[in-house]
Amino acid sequence: MGLLAGEDSHGYDLKQQHDLTFAGAKPLAFGQVYATLERLAKKEFVAPVEVEQVDGPERTIYGLTAAGRAELERWLGDIQPPAPPVANPFAVKATIAMLVGDVADARRYLSAQRSAHLDRMRFFTRRKTDPAVTLADALAADYAIFHLDADLAWLDAALERVDALIPASQQADELDPTSTTRPSTTRTPT
Amino acid sequence: MSKPLQVHPAASPERAVNTHDSIVVSGRYLSYSYGRQPALRSASLDVRRNEIVAVTGPSGAVKSTLMLCLAGVLVPDSGEVRHDGQVISAASEAERSRLRRSTVGVLFQFGQLVPELTAGENVALPLLLAGARRPAALRAAADWLDRFDVRGLSDSRPNEMSGGQAQRVAAARAMVTAPSVLFADEPTGALDGLAGERMMTQIVRVAREAGTAVLLITHDAKVAAYADREVRMYDGAVEQGDLA
Repeated sequence: MGLLAGEDSHGYDLKQQHDLTFAGAKPLAFGQVYATLERLAKKEFVAPVEVEQVDGPERTIYGLTAAGRAELERWLGDIQPPAPPVANPFAVKATIAMLVGDVADARRYLSAQRSAHLDRMRFFTRRKTDPAVTLADALAADYAIFHLDADLAWLDAALERVDALIPASQQADELDPTSTTRPSTTRTPT
Repeated sequence: MSKPLQVHPAASPERAVNTHDSIVVSGRYLSYSYGRQPALRSASLDVRRNEIVAVTGPSGAVKSTLMLCLAGVLVPDSGEVRHDGQVISAASEAERSRLRRSTVGVLFQFGQLVPELTAGENVALPLLLAGARRPAALRAAADWLDRFDVRGLSDSRPNEMSGGQAQRVAAARAMVTAPSVLFADEPTGALDGLAGERMMTQIVRVAREAGTAVLLITHDAKVAAYADREVRMYDGAVEQGDLA
């Protein structure tokens, strides 16, 4: 109905318009478009306004009715309930890694998962900063980036929790086998 | 059928990237202590020409200390820093200052513009300090302000600009000498929402066009995602990353 809000259109053009506007989404099947139009017509949200025939079969052009426009506005104002807590496959894997291996195994898994997430975030960042990006693609990329960012924040926190299980002396040995220090009295950390 | 909505309708295609593979900044086994407290622990990192590298890690990972050593602001207790193959960690303060003005650009979280100067004068400052004549320096400044889309602010003082505008002026000042490498410490840390995205998009575009490598210090994965690769730090050591 959103695609019909601007101008009347027929099923073929609606399918093309959908696939162009939501390029990241699965393309619509023609059957799905016509079935939806029939369902919306039955509810009197859309109505046939004209039948045209140009070099091929007849095409019924549909328009949005006043009831359809009201329904569209109601749908746009409808707030989605925030997602309920979901299963976290990363936490399960990190825990199993510690059960079958040790802290280092869990750490390796979490670090590798973190790199994979950041790679994916790079992909969506390149997509949304492409000079030719469409609004629909930029919004889809933002959505993916913010979800990946939430996972990354969790992965960083999980790494900190796992690190806390390693004795401090062992951490220094693992990360810094050749460190040297020199006394000084006037510096402040940055 | 109507055209899909564009986000950057006036944007022009990016210039082709020169993928020269030489190293512009190299740090080897860098250590640095604050008093008796060891901070940087034998950290090594290379940045290649045209490359954008993000240094990430939790607070206290000493990311900024690594950056300041690589930029020649701090002298490491041990280890070696090279710019374009030249050892700078052993150079005198005067020589390091000269290098910082000519081959290195530095951008901080809060632009740190000189409040008494206009945007044009702020951007021209590194050139004037290097001995350029004022009209030529101001002309160059106008060009770099243009690249960051803030040419219209040339005669404005920092207190007349928004945070995002001031940061773009600061970025123009960091780039005005066309440095080999730009060090950017949390460049979007003080910016909200899309202002941060706009800042990062411009830094990446301008640096790619100028052939300047960028070393980004950030705790924000969304900013790190603008880089070609990530170097992860933990407790003063480079934990994940690679040498060129």
